Amino acid sequence: MDTKVFDMNDIDIAWCPGCGNFPILKTLKRALAELQIKSTDLVLVSGIGQAAKIPHYLKANVFNGLHGRALPAATAIKAANPALTVIAESGDGDMYGEGGNHFIHTIRRNPNITNIVHNNMVYGLTKGQASPTSQKGFVTPVQVRGVFLEPFNPLAVAIALNASFVARAFAGDIDRTVDILKKAIEHKGYALVDIFQPCVTFNRINTIQWFKEHTYYLEDHDPSDRQKAFEKATETEKLPLGVFYKSPQKPAFEENVGIYEEKQIPLYERDLDKKELNNLIDTYKMRL
Amino acid sequence: MSKGLSSQNPESVSIVLCGQAGQGIQTVEHLLTRILKIAGFNVFATKEYMSRIRGGMNSTSIRISSRPVRAAVSTIDVLVPLNKGALRHVERNVSARTIILADKDMIGGDIDQTGHRFVDVPFTGTAVEIGDKIYSNVVAVGTLAGLFGVELPAAGKYIEKFFSGKSSDVVQKNLAAIKKGFAFGAELVKSTKINFAIASDAGVEDQVILDGAEAVALGAIAGGCNFIASYPMSPSTGVLAFLARHSKTFDIVAEQAEDEIAAINMALGAWYAGSRAMVTTSGGGFALMIEGVSLAGMLESPMVIHLGQRPGPATGLPTRTEQADLELALYAGHGEFPRIIFAPGTIQDAFCLTQRAFNLADKYQVPVFILTDQYLIDSYYNTAAPDLKNLKIEKHITRTKKDYKRYEFTKSGVSPRGVPGFGDGFVVVDSDEHDAEGHITEDLDLRIRIVDKRLKKGELLKKDNIPLELTGAKNYKNLIVCWGSTHNIAEEAMQKLDRDDVALLHFKQVYPLPNETAEYLQKAEKTIIVENNATSQFAKLIKLHTGIDIDRKILKYNGLSFFVEELAEKLKEALN
Repeated sequence: MDTKVFDMNDIDIAWCPGCGNFPILKTLKRALAELQIKSTDLVLVSGIGQAAKIPHYLKANVFNGLHGRALPAATAIKAANPALTVIAESGDGDMYGEGGNHFIHTIRRNPNITNIVHNNMVYGLTKGQASPTSQKGFVTPVQVRGVFLEPFNPLAVAIALNASFVARAFAGDIDRTVDILKKAIEHKGYALVDIFQPCVTFNRINTIQWFKEHTYYLEDHDPSDRQKAFEKATETEKLPLGVFYKSPQKPAFEENVGIYEEKQIPLYERDLDKKELNNLIDTYKMRL
Repeated sequence: MSKGLSSQNPESVSIVLCGQAGQGIQTVEHLLTRILKIAGFNVFATKEYMSRIRGGMNSTSIRISSRPVRAAVSTIDVLVPLNKGALRHVERNVSARTIILADKDMIGGDIDQTGHRFVDVPFTGTAVEIGDKIYSNVVAVGTLAGLFGVELPAAGKYIEKFFSGKSSDVVQKNLAAIKKGFAFGAELVKSTKINFAIASDAGVEDQVILDGAEAVALGAIAGGCNFIASYPMSPSTGVLAFLARHSKTFDIVAEQAEDEIAAINMALGAWYAGSRAMVTTSGGGFALMIEGVSLAGMLESPMVIHLGQRPGPATGLPTRTEQADLELALYAGHGEFPRIIFAPGTIQDAFCLTQRAFNLADKYQVPVFILTDQYLIDSYYNTAAPDLKNLKIEKHITRTKKDYKRYEFTKSGVSPRGVPGFGDGFVVVDSDEHDAEGHITEDLDLRIRIVDKRLKKGELLKKDNIPLELTGAKNYKNLIVCWGSTHNIAEEAMQKLDRDDVALLHFKQVYPLPNETAEYLQKAEKTIIVENNATSQFAKLIKLHTGIDIDRKILKYNGLSFFVEELAEKLKEALN
């Protein structure tokens, strides 16, 4: 499939020139095209922030909801119609800060969705404050003495929660990111892909060069080894990239809700069983 | 009626059970009301309880009558205290007519010295004889039912059914306990200590016995609800539990969310993908949902919100009742967008309005509230079974074409709603201001058009307003106004006044205010509002929309519902 099927005409993209979101957009289109995902069966769910605007820049169904709330909406969309390919995509502030609680519980719930997080370690749209993943010492107009909070480690948290699929990629490497994204989308169950990206306007520390120097790809890593995955996720000198962890197979949320065992049709195609309702109401007559 | 009792209310008897949480009051209440219903009596029950799992003092008030009874009274004809502190807990409502049926061993020896009318019934001793003191509750059920002449086999059959999950030994012992109880009851009647001449009512048999939570949940199913996400919170959790229990039969996704924010965002996602979703919550939980209400307004998403009120602010009185979240529901959500707020007054209303909420939410793509409260949720009585013959689930989903635009400008303001995967188009919704396609925009001229489009629906939906319900004198001089759960209490209180110049105007839709509101109010020489809150929120809303001041306000905000007698007194005062 040609990536052009996802192209939008005449759009005014709100990202800064050189923004790390551009290569992520390109990567996403390639992964979707290579997987032959039908655009009308694709739903992109996002929150608020510059990364959260990505659904507006490719052809797909879009649920651009509230700040931090992409995951609950995405979970429900998948549960209402499991035939859809659902991708929840936003930035680090959105997913790990405002949406932190949903991040934790969506992993536990394990819907068959892909969670892509653009991680530039800074708040862009609100102009340069610290994000949950900002490194210690990072000085901003608000964190004037430098960040002293421990950086949020999404991968370690996900692995601790026995997430179904945990990966990290780097926006500066399109080919390998496409490969990781494809694996994540194809994976059955919740799949986290944290993507390092530079913010050219507000993060002068974690630049593209910095990421190049401070990352490396996992080699000969067994993603079923949870201990090892955790160890890798907590490395700080150099940050590993690749698929860290895949949990043993477990049913997805929509398989657990108990209504798709006998019929697979989406909820909107189902009708109330009036006879059953009548029977249920009858039980309240307390007849013997 | 009774030789042993003088009663102001000869057609109905009020029984109060009181004891600690964990003592089995709920079981006694359940068995007694069901057995009496099976025997053809009209029953009503309501409860008040403390916010704890064990201990504390809880009471249940049950009315038994030959005619329909649907409201709480404070009068106690029979009190069954189950522990030492129970009498003190309800003593303010104990009068010379109250008979206390109790096991002296259970509640302490000083009961004789209280000056109340007391009959010692050996609930515990009898239970121990049967095999375990656990059966004392069923002995009590039998005794109370026996006062009304209830006998085997029907009651026995229900006992068998109720305990069918237990061993046959347990079932047999419960049967023995209920039989013993019947004998005690019959004996009390025979000895003319107590004599209730309550006639059974043939109309009861075909009726259902439902509480407010069940009525809302059944209404939701009848509305085609197939998705509920919520976070447990008293008194609203019953709806979630009910739909979870029946999820398999009715194809419902029922999920306990990590918080109320997740709950409402899930429900919005579910509507987006074509399901019919709801949330159930109470004030504090709803406070967390408010950004989602605003999102529903912006996305033009249908949404159904069951808001079971309890006293606030903050955690307030978690297990009590109040009608103080009207303004919260009315103004919840930043920005301007239309909404509908229903406030059921009866069990029938709770069913019908919830059912209707789904259709209207879908038709107008707006949030619809069902505003109940702990009193309505936890009260039940027998009532006509909901009629499903004319039940219609109106689905307003369109198959999308290639050039589909989610927010296409239309004459009515309502744009055809597509869902992803159904048709060839894309369904794009955005919490940002958006263009007709749904994509983010900062075109300020377009902003005006799309705001107008959203607000236009607010006018349109008035076509489906629920008409006002007037009971009492058609040519009234005095008009009692109430909304939501106070309906049945106000109605019975009005009947008690026995005046031909008084009518009751009940609002089961509080927003938009029905068009004919002013007309009804202007006809009255005196208007009196009854509200379970401290600031008369509904009177303020009426003033805002009609310019009319309500003359007298009867407000209650101690955490309990009104009682019929109390309200009748207050109305009498207000009328003079």
